[in-house]
Amino acid sequence: MLQLSSRKNAAARSLSDLRLGEEAVLDHLELGPEELQRMMELGFLPGAVVAAARSAPGGDPRVYRVDGSEFALRRETASRLIVRPRGPDQGQL
Amino acid sequence: MSARRDMAVGTVLPEAASAAVPPARPRTVAIVGPPNCGKSTLFNRLTGLRQKVANYPGVTVEQHTGVFTLPDGHEILLIDLPGVYSLSPRSEDEQVTHDVLLGIHAGSPKPQAVLLILDATNLNRHLLLAAPVLSLGLPTLVVLNMADDLRSRGGNVDVKLLAAQLGAPVVLTSAAKGEGLEGITHFLQRALPRRQPMVQLPVISDIPSCRAWARQVGQGSGYQAPAPPEWTRRLDALFLHPLAGPAIFALVVTLVFQSIFSLAAPLMDGVESLVSASGVWLAANLPDTVWRSLLTEGVWGGVGSVVVFLPQILILFTFIGVLEDSGYLARAALIADRTMARIGLQGKSFIPLLSAHACAVPAIMSTRTIENKRDRIATILIAPFMTCSARLPVYTLIIAAFIPERPVLGAFLGSRALSLIGLYALGFAAAIFTAKLLKSSILESTRAQFILEMPPYRWPTLRSIGLRLYDRSKVFLRRAGTVILTVAVVLWVLAHLPLQDGRPPGIENSLAGTIGRTVEPLIEPLGFNWKIGIGLITSLAAREVIVGTLGTIYGIEGGDESSAGLQAALQRDLTFGGAVALLIFFAFAMQCMSTVAVVRRETGGWKWPAIQFAYMTGMAYVCAWIAFRLAS
Repeated sequence: MLQLSSRKNAAARSLSDLRLGEEAVLDHLELGPEELQRMMELGFLPGAVVAAARSAPGGDPRVYRVDGSEFALRRETASRLIVRPRGPDQGQL
Repeated sequence: MSARRDMAVGTVLPEAASAAVPPARPRTVAIVGPPNCGKSTLFNRLTGLRQKVANYPGVTVEQHTGVFTLPDGHEILLIDLPGVYSLSPRSEDEQVTHDVLLGIHAGSPKPQAVLLILDATNLNRHLLLAAPVLSLGLPTLVVLNMADDLRSRGGNVDVKLLAAQLGAPVVLTSAAKGEGLEGITHFLQRALPRRQPMVQLPVISDIPSCRAWARQVGQGSGYQAPAPPEWTRRLDALFLHPLAGPAIFALVVTLVFQSIFSLAAPLMDGVESLVSASGVWLAANLPDTVWRSLLTEGVWGGVGSVVVFLPQILILFTFIGVLEDSGYLARAALIADRTMARIGLQGKSFIPLLSAHACAVPAIMSTRTIENKRDRIATILIAPFMTCSARLPVYTLIIAAFIPERPVLGAFLGSRALSLIGLYALGFAAAIFTAKLLKSSILESTRAQFILEMPPYRWPTLRSIGLRLYDRSKVFLRRAGTVILTVAVVLWVLAHLPLQDGRPPGIENSLAGTIGRTVEPLIEPLGFNWKIGIGLITSLAAREVIVGTLGTIYGIEGGDESSAGLQAALQRDLTFGGAVALLIFFAFAMQCMSTVAVVRRETGGWKWPAIQFAYMTGMAYVCAWIAFRLAS
């Protein structure tokens, strides 16, 4: 049981949980249709590899790297982008 | 026109067609691309114009047109458009691009061909825009810009393969260095292709499939993404460091303000001795007529006393230019976002607020990148509180006259520079206060999303900084030669009428003096006399006009109209308390007709500019009164 719940927690990580330099694969985006479309246009698509970069003092907003570009997102947006760990075969660039 | 449209249904290949029929070449060509890929730089290269360029997304917020002349004399109208990530617009600047491309923008002809500019270092993502643009069906040249960057960072792309995949010709360019432009000339020189070779494009609304298509095209053309920009990461580690970042910023700002006084002083003295020597020469060599008096007292006194502030304006613009061209501005917006969020705005509002330190007019236009309407209006309303460069002559003149220079931090920071920093901070504080007021009342809105692309750092080029300074000098001198000159001449005439026994009256009894003395009771509580009153009235046109006005008045009074003479005369007319009140008044009052006009245009009516003008003037009056009371 304990193992299960910890696995569930790990699965529900979002972009805002990433540490500086950490990479993960975007799983899905919990955003409204408008915001979703803009994020996807910028490259935040399910399956994309995203890395956390520097942030403003205090940790918010933070810069994320996707597809060779860098975008600053507020925590409230980043926490709606759900990621999964990057496996050896996962992630397309 | 109709012949071309008839031909468009044919399936002739472009090359064959141009040989067979008389050339039908494009007359209007649109420049489209994602933000910050160098569209305006390319536009400037092709047209010889000087639209503003800088290293952050969203510099261009409206369409600009210019003429590109082909070697054979054929003229093409180029339209430079605001950057877009897709053709589904979300903000006002994106709407402009959408409308112009579809030919539904009032006043812009529908383009017959498209230059699609993509950042070669970011091709995988930028190709996403190729799908909707190509599906417009217009003849399109794909321009892969920043080719120099791609090469130097070890990336690669096969132009021929890419052209085959996109069904459109492709060229590699570096607009900043002027490389590869002949490919664009070649495209524009040819007759319009009757029809682009058909390629299978993805469904535009389905972004994942567009993305898959873009990836496939990239792979199919041997695209190798360049190595990540190492220097950008290193610099970000420094500038976005929680402690070092803000410290470096404070250091740089202090240096700039100190240099506005110390570095500009010898330059100012140079300009000033030029102005006063020429004035003396004129006075000595012209016959003693009314024209000599107009020229030396009115024009030299008025225009000359403003022109001497050119060096300071240029120092400020060098600094702003480096901030904008290096890419630091986007980082500043990132750092400021938390503070902006606290007052109900977002980091994107910070970019207009920073650029308002140059001038509020372009800053107010640049708010078009803010998607949320209420946030945009709030940003427009607070932008004129930022210390624009037109306040600089007023501030430095009064500070130099009333604040003795004493070291505060050794040679690093003097009391005058510190006073100036204080005035900048005051303007910022007023803006923050007003934003908070607006966002908690009439312009309340839900927290907006904040997404800002971080451009890589680039070296500001000497060419680009030099052009900015040159353009800025032109604007400044043109204003001195038009607005300030007109005010000086009108004022001089008003100061010499009505004639008493055929001779001009003393200035106090002249028409100008009467106007000044009429408003005097109103401004006396602030410590201002009628001369300052005349200056306050004329500076409704533009802030720096007050300096010219005082120059003219003191010139007529027979004083020395040079800057040092102006300081001495001011010391006679103002107490220390009055000087502080005047500084505060100029920090808050909306003394600028151009700003009123642009706010009316951008908000679509007189309501907001009227509210803004009343609010700012009221605040200026009350705070100046309090300051006068406290400092006296």
